[in-house]
Amino acid sequence: MKLPRLAWRQLRRDLASGDIRILIAALTLAVVAVTAIGFVTDRAERALAIEANRLLGGDAVLRGDQPISGALREAAMAPGLAHTETVEFQSMIRVGEGADANLRLGDLRALGEGFPLRGRFVVDDARGEHDAGGIPAPGTLWMSRAGADQLGARPGDAVSIGQSRLTLAALVVQEPDAAMDYFNVAPRVFLNLADLPATGLVQEGSRIRYRLVVAGDAAAVERFTGVAKASLGRGQRLETIADARPEIRSALDRAGRFLGLAALVSVVLAAVAVAMAARRHGERHLSGAAVMRCLGASQRTLVGIHVGEMALLGLFASALGVAIAFALQWAVGAWLAQALGLSIPPAGWLPALQGLAVGMVVLLAFAAPPVLALRRVSALRVLRRDLDRAEPAAWAVLLSGFAGLAALVWWKAGSATLGGAMLLGIGATLGALALLAWAMIALVRRMRARLRGALRYGLANVSRRAGSSIAQVTALGLGLMALLLLTFVRTDLLDRWQLSLAQDAPNRFIINVQSDQVQPVRDFIAAQGLAAPTLVPMVRARLLERNGTPARGESVAERVEAEGGDARQAQRRAEREFNLSFADALRDDNKVVAGKFWGTTRPARPELSVEEKFAASLGWKLGDRITFDIAGQRFTGRITSLRSIDWESFRPNFFVLASPGALDGYPASYITAVSVPVSKPRFTAGLVQRFPNLSVIDIDVVLKQVRSIGDQVSTVVQVVFWFAFAAGVLVLLAAVGASQDERLQEGGVMRVLGASRGQLRLAQASEFAAIGLLAGLVAAIAASVLSGVVAREVFDLPWQPNWAMAAAGGALGMAAALAAGLFATRRVVDAPPSVTLREIDG
Amino acid sequence: MPDAASPATQSRTALDVANLGKRVPLPSGELTILEDIGFSIASGDSVAIVGASGSGKSTLLSLMAGLDVPSSGEVRLDGAPMSALDEDGRAKVRADKVGFVFQSFQLLPSLTALENVMLPLELRGDADAEGPARATLAKVGLAERLAHYPRQLSGGEQQRVALARAFVTGPSLLLADEPTGNLDTHTGEAVIELLFAMNMEAGTTLVLVTHDEHLAARCSRVLRLDGGRLVGA
Repeated sequence: MKLPRLAWRQLRRDLASGDIRILIAALTLAVVAVTAIGFVTDRAERALAIEANRLLGGDAVLRGDQPISGALREAAMAPGLAHTETVEFQSMIRVGEGADANLRLGDLRALGEGFPLRGRFVVDDARGEHDAGGIPAPGTLWMSRAGADQLGARPGDAVSIGQSRLTLAALVVQEPDAAMDYFNVAPRVFLNLADLPATGLVQEGSRIRYRLVVAGDAAAVERFTGVAKASLGRGQRLETIADARPEIRSALDRAGRFLGLAALVSVVLAAVAVAMAARRHGERHLSGAAVMRCLGASQRTLVGIHVGEMALLGLFASALGVAIAFALQWAVGAWLAQALGLSIPPAGWLPALQGLAVGMVVLLAFAAPPVLALRRVSALRVLRRDLDRAEPAAWAVLLSGFAGLAALVWWKAGSATLGGAMLLGIGATLGALALLAWAMIALVRRMRARLRGALRYGLANVSRRAGSSIAQVTALGLGLMALLLLTFVRTDLLDRWQLSLAQDAPNRFIINVQSDQVQPVRDFIAAQGLAAPTLVPMVRARLLERNGTPARGESVAERVEAEGGDARQAQRRAEREFNLSFADALRDDNKVVAGKFWGTTRPARPELSVEEKFAASLGWKLGDRITFDIAGQRFTGRITSLRSIDWESFRPNFFVLASPGALDGYPASYITAVSVPVSKPRFTAGLVQRFPNLSVIDIDVVLKQVRSIGDQVSTVVQVVFWFAFAAGVLVLLAAVGASQDERLQEGGVMRVLGASRGQLRLAQASEFAAIGLLAGLVAAIAASVLSGVVAREVFDLPWQPNWAMAAAGGALGMAAALAAGLFATRRVVDAPPSVTLREIDG
Repeated sequence: MPDAASPATQSRTALDVANLGKRVPLPSGELTILEDIGFSIASGDSVAIVGASGSGKSTLLSLMAGLDVPSSGEVRLDGAPMSALDEDGRAKVRADKVGFVFQSFQLLPSLTALENVMLPLELRGDADAEGPARATLAKVGLAERLAHYPRQLSGGEQQRVALARAFVTGPSLLLADEPTGNLDTHTGEAVIELLFAMNMEAGTTLVLVTHDEHLAARCSRVLRLDGGRLVGA
């Protein structure tokens, strides 16, 4: 008979046995964990690639603070390219007339014909929500829905901008290039570029951003970017899909990597279950293999049958895992689309192939040694059962398992260093948990003397099979620990952190207060019964020079990169607008860490105090002379101190502070933060009503949004950790399976000695309850220690034991171990004792 | 009638087996393991059941212990029919009245010698298990090995622990299945001496399944099984 057919026949026979079912379940679980995460990450990356186009509104965008003309504009007119432009700036927006008018500072975007070249506007008007299919008609404008809510505007209303009055035609539901901008609170207004000149808002000195957008076939776009890069002028920047939203791209990359590695925890635990089940499978086939040897089967035939069986099983389990993962990611994909506000393209097939590969690697590394050892079985075993157990060599098992694991971790981590650290981390965590488990099992051994009968027998089993018990407690404990830690950080620590923020921590930032409004605003706030706030001046500036040499974004980036810093961040910071402030004394949330703060004495020459990390990111040092451009005038100051800032104070803080008097005469606006109690819901409306030019940022809303994003992310992580927990349960099942013969025999003896079914069940229950309780305790202890570290290092909170968490861990561990253990040992109670004893006694 | 024996005769019936049969279904038809077995054993008597492999000895022992249910007939222990009881009821009867000694000792490996002997008392619900267990282990000469686990004891010692476990509950019936089958001749003889001595002292009814004619001869009666039938008593 052909080998494949023999292998297939053996697999079909074996499917009825517990060890093969556990093997399949463990393998399937490992593949589901890795593949589901792979699918979801893949889809998110695809969504981002599409989003990147949408975010730009085209394939490449040239930004500048002056109208884009000359060679660059000509390059955009090349064949194969479409182009358009937009003009953006801030302006007051007025809805209504006279005393009833609502005024807010808003972001204005004048759109050229054809915009967006990629992506679309979705608007809401009399027709309902629909694709806008273009830009606002001349004489009309669109407004962001949130902005219209703030201003109380409805379609058909007249909206004044500068000297123009335009009709609000529709509300914007989705903007092509504003996705994921959680913190944008100002109303956004869109008008036709043709209407811009009439507003009279584009004047000399206005802060205006010009964008030239191009799209076309890849070669034409590449030619355009080549020309553009070569002829970029001062204040001009080129963006392509590749560098759009680098922070989201790298966040997604990191999230994908983290989830992939977290999924590997499930794979490691599942691998332990695979190894246990494969060992039992090998043992069960010893006699059969010996008989086949007697009947003349060669080693090759034996290996062929068993390896063939394993390969079939691996393919089946991996394919099942991929199918389950595929179903799961549909659900997750729908949720992700809603959470991110994106449409998400379907996943590619690469994760499925990777999942299959993971399944086969785990099987090969962890199941091969005991199966291959079968070939060494002696035919003599037919006569003498105690002869030649055909155990795989310990080093082969370890080496094979380690190699398989290392390969997977290295692949997921993407680098040998991170992979090594991850392996060490997993090893150390498992080692620490195992040590804890060992200590607790030793305690159980002492405790059992106080118990009687079935209970004592149950607990005695925990300490007798100490190795197996340690494996079960560790595996279950690891999954539980991850779940507990996540829950603890997500709820308890975040709650405590929020409580720890001063009760009167400011929750409204008020910006854009003009010099002549400082006192009236202060009076208004005081009249509301709130503490009179400090209004801090703020001067907008652009970086010009450092120590007399021009500090352009690229040159700063190059220098910072040469010094080993983050070039991209340095370039962004150097190019964007700086907010300077001045102060004669430092608040208690600022601390000088280097140099000397000017204090109350007014220095003769302007001095600067810079936040230490910000200075480091730009390569600034004490003593450096920094020159800024403030509304066309040069301002130079020397860095005389570096500060650290406690950002959790939630008060306005500045990276760069100037000495008092240094910024006198430069145009400044003021900013402040106040703590508004929930009992004053009308505060913001009243303030804006009185001072229409002010913008108010509601920190409560922002925190709520941050928290909701955090919740969404941790839900995904939680799913991954539930996989790990399930893998822990499979380890328990595999361990029980491995001791099934002993359990049947001992159950039979207990029955002969007069134990009732109830007493047998009690013995089993006490054993698994102990295993589960220990796993829960181990998990709670480990999670408490880790969350203590997180509390101290991340949230700056003292460690606080969480008994509820420990109890929840214990209860969950016990419930899972009891359910799984009693299920796995049901045969021990159900098997007639006479049959059991006859089988065993021969 | 056997179960109506007068106490005055000092031969109260401990075990009564009547018309006992055991058949198991096989794909090829029904296999008869035991057929029409009947005998009575008086209290305190010792009976050997002998027969070749496959003659049905172990099945008969299982039925007498209530580990299995007969296809026909009845087993009465101290006059009470076993078949009227469910599994847990039969377990209770075993806990109260039956001791068991196996060929391969069947000590629970996770428990010490002392705990193994205490177990049947605890399962029965006795308040004090440790005292009697210690005393019985001392009787079999293992007072110094109470805290040893089975794997730390020799075969002979393990079977002595098993004897202690069987006698500690003061059973009215002791069932022994090839008790020396796994021991060398010398150790086996020592164990048998101990078994008979303890049996004598406790006045227990002993049923011993064995291949060993020499051992069977030490019992007051020998029942012979062949092909599932009783061929000589």
